[in-house]
Amino acid sequence: MSQTITIASVYESLEHVMDPEIPVLSVIDLGMITGVELEEGAVHVKMIPTFAACPAVSYIQQRIKTVLEQELDIAVTVTVDKQAHWQSNRMTAAAKEKLQNFGIAPPQLLAGEVHAEILLAVPCPHCGSKETYLRSPFGSTLCRAIHFCKSCGQVFEQFKPLE
Amino acid sequence: MSYNAALTDLIIKMADDELIQGHRNSEWTGLGPVMEEDIAFSSMAQDKIGHAWALYRILHENLEGKDPDKFAFHRPEKDFKCSHLVEMPNEEYGFSLMRHFLFDHAEAIRYESLVDSSFEPFRMLSKKVKGELKYHTLHANAWIMQLSQAGEESYQRMQEVLNNTMALAAGIFEASPEYENILVTEKVYPGEAALYQRWLDRIYPILVKASLNLPDIKTITPAYGGRQGIHTPYLQPLLKEMGEVFNLDTEASW
Repeated sequence: MSQTITIASVYESLEHVMDPEIPVLSVIDLGMITGVELEEGAVHVKMIPTFAACPAVSYIQQRIKTVLEQELDIAVTVTVDKQAHWQSNRMTAAAKEKLQNFGIAPPQLLAGEVHAEILLAVPCPHCGSKETYLRSPFGSTLCRAIHFCKSCGQVFEQFKPLE
Repeated sequence: MSYNAALTDLIIKMADDELIQGHRNSEWTGLGPVMEEDIAFSSMAQDKIGHAWALYRILHENLEGKDPDKFAFHRPEKDFKCSHLVEMPNEEYGFSLMRHFLFDHAEAIRYESLVDSSFEPFRMLSKKVKGELKYHTLHANAWIMQLSQAGEESYQRMQEVLNNTMALAAGIFEASPEYENILVTEKVYPGEAALYQRWLDRIYPILVKASLNLPDIKTITPAYGGRQGIHTPYLQPLLKEMGEVFNLDTEASW
């Protein structure tokens, strides 16, 4: 080991592991990391998928391992944390801004459970108008819904709120 | 131990329903009546198969079950415990939609009840799945409403397909004669009879809003048998197609 590895340096490296479906967001931005443990000569990272059936889970686990081993020069294990489950409220404020700039409307902060009304009047990421409606709760990936903006006439995607 | 056998039985029923319904949903990929529906059924297929996988994994990790892939794709038909509802071919879109509405509300009810299960893996999984299912029921409700209000012919077809699908859907709630008591006593879940009642209470107000009449439940003979390994002629061809690639080489690594 050439350098002292701290929990903080592991988290810093994790910021370099991007989501394959939304390449502007890291696994930290998305709130996918639930714990980091330092063991002798090894790092153990615990993570959770956004949606249970997310096809990218094993790819993301592999990316975390590869990036961390490269940057920190230490053995890395990555496991799925069964004690925690992902909610859209785990996404950081910075992540929501990055999503917005990427052209995907971020999920609203959830106060309780998801209900139909929360998917109405989602601000359009292109023009900011709230004159929008939900076109379909399913989009190009499991985590996205499709909306339509009546002001600028464009279809846009939203990262769905998940309770 | 009969407790473990009872749990295993319940998990296989739930997982097989998800797997087979997921496969049926996936048959709409590329064929949906409008593009959004093509995407919706494909996404729901992905969710269902993911939920089946999570359940097979609980069997594997907590109850000494087989590897999830082998268990899913390498079993004879009689060992499947899915309900007849999910086995039925997609036929026209109206049937697929009504099945989706009835099935996903039944699932939502079931997973909501598992939040209080005495079996920890159920508690963990249900929190995740019940949130995701919100989008399935939201989707189903919206289309049931739209198509029931889209003119005379559309309304009549929706009512007809509801009448024809209720007995099949009621078959979801087929209790195991051997294990039901243990599962209810051990507080694994509230039992099929309770879930059936909650399901009726959940779908009724939505059907009323859509002006659809729920057929008289007393006159319905639920399509039982699936949970005991007795299936419709539609399951075997589906299993053959679903496992076609896997069974070319069951030891291959993907």
